[in-house]
Amino acid sequence: MTPVLKTVRLVKIYQDGAVPVPAVRGVDLQVEPGEFVAIMGPSGSGKSTLVHMLGGLDTRTSGEIWLDDHRVDTLSESAWALLRRKKIGFVFQFFNLVANMTVGDNVELPALLAGASPKVARERRESLLGALNLGERADAAPAQLSGGEQQRVALARALANQPSVLLADEPTGNLDSRNTRDVLRLLGDVHKEGQTIVMVTHDARVASLADRVVSLFDGEIADDGRIARRRTGTVGEVIDLR
Amino acid sequence: MRLHLLALLAKEPAHGYELKQALEQTFGSAYPSPNIGQIYVTLGRLEKDGLVRAVDVEQSNRPNKKVYYLTAKGRELLTTWVDEPTEGPRVRDEFFMKLVLAPLTGIADRMALINRQRRHYLSLMRDLNDLLSRTPPTDRVAMLLIEGAMLHLQADLDWLERCQEDLA
Ligand SMILES: Nc1ncnc2c1ncn2[C@@H]1O[C@H](COP(=O)(O)OP(=O)(O)O)[C@@H](O)[C@H]1O
Ligand SMILES: [Mg+2]
Repeated sequence: MTPVLKTVRLVKIYQDGAVPVPAVRGVDLQVEPGEFVAIMGPSGSGKSTLVHMLGGLDTRTSGEIWLDDHRVDTLSESAWALLRRKKIGFVFQFFNLVANMTVGDNVELPALLAGASPKVARERRESLLGALNLGERADAAPAQLSGGEQQRVALARALANQPSVLLADEPTGNLDSRNTRDVLRLLGDVHKEGQTIVMVTHDARVASLADRVVSLFDGEIADDGRIARRRTGTVGEVIDLR
Repeated sequence: MRLHLLALLAKEPAHGYELKQALEQTFGSAYPSPNIGQIYVTLGRLEKDGLVRAVDVEQSNRPNKKVYYLTAKGRELLTTWVDEPTEGPRVRDEFFMKLVLAPLTGIADRMALINRQRRHYLSLMRDLNDLLSRTPPTDRVAMLLIEGAMLHLQADLDWLERCQEDLA
């Protein structure tokens, strides 16, 4: 099985300031088809920089990035744009909806751009918005939605083209616990259907759904492993009611 | 558990097994239910301290069962318990002691300790996720308990991250 995503000694040094900032320092990461990988780590540890590079939104300083067995770190910006349309879904820390399009069209557009038929794109839009409890908001403009709603639309949009990989940077950052539950359910569902996911998160509930947690520290992988399931759990292990 | 049993007995007299069932019903599968032996031992102590009293109730083809009820002294203790402010949950700081002290001994390095502890918290969280998905939403007490445990775990993880930033 070839990995969906692979990085080889990936490095990013920001050179725009007075002193160069090494944000990612030699990351070797391999993500298998259907795998859900959570990326955790303290603020400033390079999480956003890493996933931005994986999505072609930031250029690498050195090293390699492979997507579906093709080397992509050497692509031009326009080639990246094409690739993103077809193969990558992206949810940013700060949602990125098109302001003058309805919520529904925001979700439908990526599917159309990726080459889905209008009928399929419409079905996909309806099922995604429905799953996130946003079916009623399809005709609204993004600005009319709350922060949490906009974030859920951004997730629906990222999934619309059934990407090879869903890249997400703290997609539950603005959500209250009820909305987080909807997002978790959708992530769990698409993951079960085989969606590959790489997600930066501080939310331990989200991370514990993943197959694997990669912990970054100072631009390097400090830990990378599966989360054991013990199946003996009760609340008594965390809260002692005495 | 003494006060939990007193509270249940304040509602109505009951025998040991009924108290076990009442605890199970209230907390669902979210909280480990005490075994019947623990309950009888506790009831015995409460009786000795004059907080509950028992009457023997005859049963047809079985040995008598003891039905317990609350005494005035028991009710007073229960009232004091309910009325006084409650200590916040105590942070389990054993890991923190390890984190601070173990490297001095040369036994373990901090990064390894932190990584292992993170995995442990995440696997606890995973269990809680499973527990939550098995808990019927109508079971409000159990749902809230699980949610509380999740929030505590999140705080533990956030603290772990702070330790990593400053100590590792
Ligand atoms: N555009 C940029 N220019 C210069 N430094 C940056 C830029 N973006 C991020 N950094 C720096 O790179 C490091 C990693 O940042 P980031 O990837 O955003 O971390 P995280 O997402 O884990 O908080 C930080 O020290 C940050 O200040
Ligand atoms: Mg970030």
